[in-house]
Amino acid sequence: MNILKQAKTVGIIAILAVLAGCAGQVNESVQGPSKVESDAERAAREARQAEFLAKQEAAKADQQAANLAAKTAEQLRNNAMAADTLFFFGFDKSDLSQDALDDLDAHAKYLAADQSAKVRLEGHADERGSRAYNLALGERRSNAVARYLVIQGVNRSQIESISYGEERPLSLSRDENGWSRNRRVELIYQ
Amino acid sequence: MRLFIWLVMAFMLAMPARAELVIEITRGVENPIKIAVVPFRVKSAGAFDVDLARLIESNLERSGQFVRVRRDTMLSLPGPEDQIFYRDWRAIDSEYTVVGSLERDTDGLLVRFGLHDVYGERVLFAERIPGSSDSLRDIGHYISDRIYEALTGLKGIFSTRLLYVSAERRSEKDQTFKLILSDADGGRPQTIFQSSEPILSPAWSPDGSRVAYMSFRGKRAGIYVQTLATGEVQKVSDFPGLNSAPSFSPDGRKLVLTLSRDGNPELYVANLRTGQLDRMTNHFAIDTEASWSPDGRSILFTSSRGGKPQLYMMNVSDKTVKRVTFDGDYNSNGAFTPDGKSIVFVHRTNERFHIARMNLKTREIRILTETDLDESPSVAPNGTMLIYATSSEGRGLLGLVSMDGRVRVRLPSVSESVREPAWSPFFN
Repeated sequence: MNILKQAKTVGIIAILAVLAGCAGQVNESVQGPSKVESDAERAAREARQAEFLAKQEAAKADQQAANLAAKTAEQLRNNAMAADTLFFFGFDKSDLSQDALDDLDAHAKYLAADQSAKVRLEGHADERGSRAYNLALGERRSNAVARYLVIQGVNRSQIESISYGEERPLSLSRDENGWSRNRRVELIYQ
Repeated sequence: MRLFIWLVMAFMLAMPARAELVIEITRGVENPIKIAVVPFRVKSAGAFDVDLARLIESNLERSGQFVRVRRDTMLSLPGPEDQIFYRDWRAIDSEYTVVGSLERDTDGLLVRFGLHDVYGERVLFAERIPGSSDSLRDIGHYISDRIYEALTGLKGIFSTRLLYVSAERRSEKDQTFKLILSDADGGRPQTIFQSSEPILSPAWSPDGSRVAYMSFRGKRAGIYVQTLATGEVQKVSDFPGLNSAPSFSPDGRKLVLTLSRDGNPELYVANLRTGQLDRMTNHFAIDTEASWSPDGRSILFTSSRGGKPQLYMMNVSDKTVKRVTFDGDYNSNGAFTPDGKSIVFVHRTNERFHIARMNLKTREIRILTETDLDESPSVAPNGTMLIYATSSEGRGLLGLVSMDGRVRVRLPSVSESVREPAWSPFFN
C-alpha cells in the first residue's frame, strides 16, 4: 500500500513538472501574431496533455502494482510454506492456541490468494479415553482449524478434513510429552 | 441413503491370523470349584491336534470359578468306561472329575465324556458326541459349557466368539488393521476384513450372524455390515465426515450410529432394509458411542454437552435425554449388561482410565479394572464377565474381568496389538 501511494505521489509531481515545462513553451510561441491562441484553446490543449500524461502514469503505476502483486503472491506462498503445519490441543479440547493462529494466518492468506491451492486437515487425539469419542474429538479439532481458515477468507471447497481419532499417533511415548504431540491437526497441502 | 452390497473376497474368510491369544490368570474367586480333567483317552490310531482336557480345564479356569487339579498329581488316568475310585480323587482334593475318550470312526470322530461328583460318589452325566474331524475345538467348548452349566447353574459362554481389531504398525502412516473373529478362548483366529486404514467399533447383530464396523475406503469413513457366513458386505453409510460407532437394535433391523454430515457428531438410527435415517440428537456438542438397551426402549450414549464426556440415556420413542453419570469428569463408551439392569463404561479416576459398572437402580458405581487406559467394555452374553481393551508396554491387549471385579484374566496377544473387543451373543 505504501509503495503504491509513493508511486502515485511521484506520478503527480512528474505531471506538474511537465505541465510547468509546457506552460513555458506556450508562452514563447504566443509571441507570434499569426498564432494567437485563445485562453479557451490553451486551456483545452493543456487539459488534453494533462490527461495523456496522467494515463501514461496510471499505466506505469498499474504495472508496478502487478509486479508487486506477483511478488506478494510469491511471498504469501513462501510464508505459508514456512509456517507450521502441526497444531496442538489440550486434553479433550478443540480450541486453537495463539501460536497456532499466527501460523494459520499465513496459510489462510496464501489459500485466500490462490484458490487453486488445496489442503487436507487430519484431526487426531491421544490414546486416552474411548476410541469412537476420540474420533469425534479429532473431527472437532480439524473443524476448528477449517472454521478459522474460512473466517480468514479461505473458500470451504479448498479444505478437505478427516479424523483419524487416536489411530495414528505421532509419538508412542505414553506420557504427557507423547500425548501432547498426538493431540493435533496436521495441515497437508494437496 | 442408498444401500448396496458387494462381496468381500472369499479367501479373506479362510485366512488364519497369526496371533493367538494366550491366557494368563491374574486373580480368581476365593473358593473356586476344584476340578480334575483327566486326559482324554485316544482309542483309535493317530494323534489329535487338540488336547481336549487342557482346552476344557483352561476354559473353566478362565471363568474364575474353577481351579484345575494338576495332571501330574492324579493317581490314575481313567477313561469313561473305567471304574472311578472316588477316594483317589478326594486324596488330591478334587471335588469333580471329568473323564473322556475320543476315537476316529467312519463318520468322523466320536467323543465320550462323563462328569463325576467326587464327594457325592456319583456320575452327574455322561454323553457321546459325534463330530467331524475339524470340530474337536467345538466339542471341547460344548463339553466346557455342559460342565459349567451343571456346576454353576449358569449358561456357559465357551462356545461364543469374539471380534477384535489387531493393528501392526510400521510407522505412523504404514499400518495394517485386521478385523479378527475367534473362539471365546482366542483360538482359531480368522481375519474377516483387512485394511491399511483404521477399523473401529465392531458390533454383533443380536443373532450373531452379522457384524457392523467402521472402516475407511480410500480416505472416506463408512459403516459396513458384513454377513459372517457369506462374506457379503452391505454399506450402511459413507457420508462426508464421521460415520462411526454402530450398534444393532435388539431386533437386528436397525443400527444406531454417529454421523457428522449435518456439521456435528449426532446420533442417527438407520433402517437396514430401507436405508431410511432418523436423526436422534441435535446438539452442538459431541454425541456418539450409542448402545441399544436389551429391551430396545433406550439408547445409552456419550455426550460432551455438559462440557465433559458423560453418559446419557435416550428414550427412543420420544427422544428425551437424561444424564446418567455424575461421578468423575470422564465417563464414556457405555454398554448394557444382558439383563439391562446395569451399564459398564470407561471411567476416569485419579487420572487413570478404568472400566466401571453402574447399577442403574441404585446408581452405585464399582470400578472393575486396575490397569490403565482401559476401554471398549463388552459384556459376555451370560452377564458374568466382560472383555475390555487395555495396554501394557506399548502394546494393546485384551482382558477379562468378572462383573464383581474379583476375577481378572489377561489375554495377551503374541505379536500384534489388539483392541476393540466385542463379545458375541449366544449362538444356541
